[in-house]
Parts: sequence; structure tokens; C-alpha cells
Amino acid sequence: MRTSQFLPVRVCRVLLTAGLLLVGWGVPLGVAAQSLPEGPAVVVASKPFGESFLLAEMFAQLLESEGIRVTRRPGLGATEVAFEALRTNAIDVYPEYTGTGLLAVLRDSMTPAMREDPRRLFARVRDEFARRYGVRWLPPLGFDNGYAIAVRRETATRYRLRTLSDLARESGALQAGFTSDFIGRPDGFVGLKAFYGITLRSVKPLAPAVKYEALSAGSIDVIDGYSTDGLLARFDLITLVDDRHFFPPYQAAALVSPRVSTERPDVIAALSRLSGLLTEDDVRRWNALIEVERRPIADVARGALAELALVQRVGAAEGSVTRRPSAGGFLAYSWARRAETLRLVREHLVLVSIALVAAILVAVPLGVLLTRTPRAAAWVMQGLGVVQTIPSLALLAFMIPLLGIGLVPALVALWLYALLPIARATYSGVSSADPDAVAASEALGTTAWQRLWWVQLPLATPAVLAGVRTSAVITVGAATLAAFIGAGGLGEPIITGLGLADSRLVLSGALPAAALAVVVDLLLAGVERAVTPAYIRRRRSGA
Amino acid sequence: MTVALEAEALHHAYGGTITLRGVSLQVRTGSLLAIVGESGSGKTTLLRCFNRLIQPTAGVVRVAGVDVRGTPGDALRRRLGFVPQTGGLLPHWTVLRNAALVPRLVGHPNPERAAAEALTLVGLPAAEFGERLPYQLSGGQRQRVALARALAARQDIVLLDEPFGALDALSRAVVHEAFERVRGELGFTAVLVTHDLAEAARLADEIAVMRGGAIEQIGTLDALRRAPATDYVEELLFRATAAARPLVGA
Repeated sequence: MRTSQFLPVRVCRVLLTAGLLLVGWGVPLGVAAQSLPEGPAVVVASKPFGESFLLAEMFAQLLESEGIRVTRRPGLGATEVAFEALRTNAIDVYPEYTGTGLLAVLRDSMTPAMREDPRRLFARVRDEFARRYGVRWLPPLGFDNGYAIAVRRETATRYRLRTLSDLARESGALQAGFTSDFIGRPDGFVGLKAFYGITLRSVKPLAPAVKYEALSAGSIDVIDGYSTDGLLARFDLITLVDDRHFFPPYQAAALVSPRVSTERPDVIAALSRLSGLLTEDDVRRWNALIEVERRPIADVARGALAELALVQRVGAAEGSVTRRPSAGGFLAYSWARRAETLRLVREHLVLVSIALVAAILVAVPLGVLLTRTPRAAAWVMQGLGVVQTIPSLALLAFMIPLLGIGLVPALVALWLYALLPIARATYSGVSSADPDAVAASEALGTTAWQRLWWVQLPLATPAVLAGVRTSAVITVGAATLAAFIGAGGLGEPIITGLGLADSRLVLSGALPAAALAVVVDLLLAGVERAVTPAYIRRRRSGA
Repeated sequence: MTVALEAEALHHAYGGTITLRGVSLQVRTGSLLAIVGESGSGKTTLLRCFNRLIQPTAGVVRVAGVDVRGTPGDALRRRLGFVPQTGGLLPHWTVLRNAALVPRLVGHPNPERAAAEALTLVGLPAAEFGERLPYQLSGGQRQRVALARALAARQDIVLLDEPFGALDALSRAVVHEAFERVRGELGFTAVLVTHDLAEAARLADEIAVMRGGAIEQIGTLDALRRAPATDYVEELLFRATAAARPLVGA
């Protein structure tokens, strides 16, 4: 078999072709969907929870109604990721809350004056953000999404409860169910109790999901929550007014990047039209449409803007807001999403194959090189091992200050992850290649280079492929997290679904991702079998 | 008489252990010298000094009268045939391709023809065996391919590192026969490292007995028998003869 000498070459060719095919298939759609458009497109982002998705979509539609081009990046990691991206102009606007800005970004403490008057808090974050980061807070949208204490409507009527002071007066007769987090926090129930002098008959720690059911069933009377939580509307609950201002204000506002602040007065003007228009009741109702009724976010946002008379009511849009989602099972749901799923699978494959091909191109030569310097090998492997132990999400977050958000930082992070298994497999495959054959070919006068190409690499090929296979499966999994920094892929529905507590949406990303991992594994197992020479197969089977 | 290989006062130490202590010998062109000794006697170290797989700490090695330190290791090794103990065939290459390795390295115009000729010489015609992979051969056949590989570029010096040691008696006899036939035909100079005095007696023109990194005695089998230089040589000869006697029926 003459071709056997060219085993590594042949394998490279197969892998490259496969990679290029995958990329070629995915790139047109993938890149179109992902790459930052040049020129004046404004990147609108959100954090991964329902209300943030809704506000960002309202921003985006409002801008579009003004003829401004928009790129959407919903569900970015969390406050750290979203703010880092905004500060570095990787995104241009996302909805944020004043309390979060003060506590989580500025790492400042809340003064009593700020508690009393949300305007002081707003002024503080506005000035500090502008000074430190050049980031601009637009005037608040009008509602506050802070802690809230809620009771059933009939409880409120019976005990004449309107404020937390009213609650303190009647508290001896009432039983509460709070999330355990809230019970223990100094800015939660511990502080609240002392501040208002509340003495409840009993306080039970309850899981968030159980809380509402328990309250509605009458086994408890008081719960904690967030003031714009859609479930408050669903269960027809009354939130008690924090009349003495114990809870820190969490006013929602649009946070704008330094670039847009200075260069795009049109964007500022368009977004400012929302300021002061949103009430807690409205937002709670819209949140309920999304989280309880499972309406599409874009439809709810369109309906909301129409209610506020900020955009014209469109017949079709109105229709879709009132339409209930299909009541069929998960299969019907998945079938309805098939075009979207296919697009995400393509994006996912683009991410995985580019990262993997790049990893092969670097890790294989690296592994070979390290066999020449075993001392350096230990250090390099250790280093790559450390990279491997960084949680994927943290690694992705590290990329933001260096490379911003989107495809490129995600690729770099995935590439780093894919390196170790391939480099290690190459290293051990080459250094353990049939020692007799290597020694004999040296004694016969081959050069080190000839031994590498003729003996060591061909003999190491099955091991290298096993490493590639491991890396591929890891990368398919890790790529779902790439959506946290706006790189798209099957992580997108997973993150959105988690934010909306919509398990069908989560599964519509998680199941294809899992299937993809299995398919990639089987495919590469096939390649591995195909290139494993007869003599090794024989040896393994014990013949 | 011309000298093909020459070692002069070789010393070698490795990791605090002295493996050669002042070894000198000459190998006549066209003759076969067997180096006999137990494991650890330094015989393989000595062999590896000839093709520079080992650099002696002191002393000179000459090939055809020229100090080997003047020739790069891989260039030197291409000129000297080599047969290792376990054959060391490349497991993913066919027999023909394996045998063509050295002709290819030395830029032979038709490596595969040279390989086919060598395979015929060792009794494994390329038409029948050329396309097989090493794992499809018996141990004795593999050693014969290794021999063909060492000779395919018509080297006039061949180094053999216990090449028949791992074979069963019958295979060894067959390979010995092939080896003698090939040497009769090509007349190359050879150095054979072996722990088996009987094998040395059968194949060698001269025998060097090594012990503890030094040569105890060097000479023809007859010379060794007539006048063993040390008790060790005498004992070695006695044991080899005693082992052979019951079979010969003397």
C-alpha cells in the first residue's frame, strides 16, 4: 500500500475538506447573522431575563421606526458582561437599573438620601458613569423594579393594607413565605423587619416557584417578589407601597455606550422618547404576556410601543399579540421552529469548525515540537491545562476587554479550549510511536525530519484523531455558552429560555446541541476507524 | 590486508557507569567479526560507536581508515547497513517499501528494484512478499526483511545487533542459512553482536570476547580453543561445547 506513507497528509486533507465544507455551508448565513454590520448600525443588547429582553426589543423597534439600523444582541452574560461590552463600545445600548449600577458596577453603598429620593441615586450613577466610563444614563423609563412585598387582593381589603406601614400594624395576624435569600439579607427581610417594626406570625422559606401557588392557595398571606414580576399580575396580587423608603430604588433606564453618546444624537433622541412613559403596572402586564402567556417578545414589544403611541399600530402586529401560541406538544413546537433551529445549528457549526480547524493547525505542530523539548512540554501542557480549568463563561468574559463581543472572542475562547486535548494526544502519540521502528530508522540514517514524517506522525495519527474527537465534543458543548457574548449558535435559545423560565425554548437549543455532539463524535469515530491501519486494529482486537 | 573498521582505545561512560574501558580492535575487509559477551559486557555499546549512535568519551573509530567524527551521523549511518534485534520494520509500510528505505535515503535511481533484488537474495521474493505488511510475516521472515533492508543499497559494511537472538531454533537456522548465502554472494564486511557462542562459531571469521567493558580475547575460534587468554574465555568455550555435545552425540 503505497499511500500509507502519506497517512498524515491524507488525514489532514480529509479533515480540512470536512472543515471547509462545514464552514462553507454555514458561513453565508452564519456570518450574515453575526458579523457586526459596518457603518451606523446600533447594537442593542440585553441581559438574560424577560424584562431585559422586552425593554431591549422596545429600544430596537423604536430605533428602527426612526429608520436607524439595529443589530440585536439579546441575553448577554450578566451585568459584568453586558456593561463591559457597553463600556468598550462592543454594544451601544442596554436596559439597566440604577440600584444595580450603584451596587454592582460602581461598588458603592446606598446612602439614606438615595433611598429617600431615587433622583439622587440616578444623579449619582449618571455623574459617576459619565466621569469614570464615558457611559451615559438616559432619563429613567418611569418604573422601578425593586423588591416588593405582595398580598392577595382580598387580604389587602380585609386588613386595609396599602403600605408597608399598614402591614407592620397588622403583621401579627399574617403568615409570610419568602425566598430564603430574601429572609437572610440585610437589605431584605432582616432590615425590613427592624425598619418598619414588622412582627409576622410566621415566616416560611419557600422556593420562588412555590411561593405564588402557596399564596394563591391561602396557606400564606405575604410574599416577597420584584415589583414588575409578571406573576404579580397573573395572581392578581397587590404590592404594598414602601412608604418610608426602605428598599433601594431600582429605576430602569437605557444605558448608552461612549461612542453613541458622543456620535449619535439621533439615537439618544429616539431612545429618550421612552423616558418616563413606562409604569410598573404596564411593565408587569407585559412581563406576564411574555413569562406567563409565552407570547413572542417582538410581538409584545410592538404592542407595548403601540399602546404608548410611539409607533403606529399595525394590523398584523396587533393580531400576533393577541394570538395564543400553538398549544401543540414539543414536537409541534420544534417543527414550527425548524428554520430557526437550522440557522442556529449552522451558526453553531461555523463556530465549532473554525475553532477546531484552527486548533488542529496549531496544536498538532505544537505537540510535535514539544516532543523535541520534553522539559518545555511539561510546562506548556500545564499551561494549557490551566486554560482548560477556567470556567467557559469566565474565559468568554475575559475575552471582552481584549476582543469585544461576538464571533471573534468566542472563537478565540473555543480555540483555547480545543488546544489541549489535541496537543496532548499529538505529543503522546508521537513520543510513544513504535520505539523499535523509530530506533531502527535512526540507525539506518534517516534524518529527524524524515523519521517524523515517515514513522512518528503516521503511527501517531490514530491518537491525534482521538484527541481531535475529544476536542470536537468539548467545543460543541462549550459553544453553547458563546451566546452569552453574542456569538449566536444553539446557546441563544438556551439562554433566552433560561431567562424566561421557558423550558421548551431551552430544550429547543439543548437537544440539537446534544444531538450535534453525538453526531460529531460518531462521525469522527468513523474517520478514526477509517485511518487506523490494519496492523493496529489487529493488535487491538488481540489477533 | 585492508581494514574496514577500526576502534582505538575506546572509553565510554554513561551516567556514572563505565561501559567501555580501552577497547581496540580491527575488522578486516570482507570478514565477519562476532562480538560475544553477556548483557552489560559493553558489546552493543561498542557496535553503536561504529555508526555514531554513541559518541565514545575517548578514543577513535575509523571506517575505511577515516575518523568517523568527520562525517555527520546520519550520512555515516546510511553507508553502514544495520540489522537491529527486533527487526524494527516500519509497521505501516509494506515489505517492499521497508526494504527500499535505505536505497531511497542514499538516492538510488530505482529504490524498489534494489529492494526487490535484496528480498530475492534473502529468499522472500517481492512478487510474493513485497506487498505484505510486517505483521503478516513470521518472526524469521521479518528478520530476513530487516537483513534485505540493510543490504539493499549494497552496503559493504553491515552492523548486526543480536539480530537472531529472539528467534526460535528452527527459524534461526533458516535465517542463518539465508545470511550465509547472502554474505557468500555479496562478500560484505560485518560485525555481529551476539550472546551465543555457537552462533558466533558458525558465522564468524574472528571472535572477540567481551566482559565488563573490555575485550578478554580476540581471534579465530581455533585460536581461542588452543589458547584461551583468561579463565572466563575458557569457561565460555567449555559451556558452549558441553551444551552442544549431547546433540552432536560425541
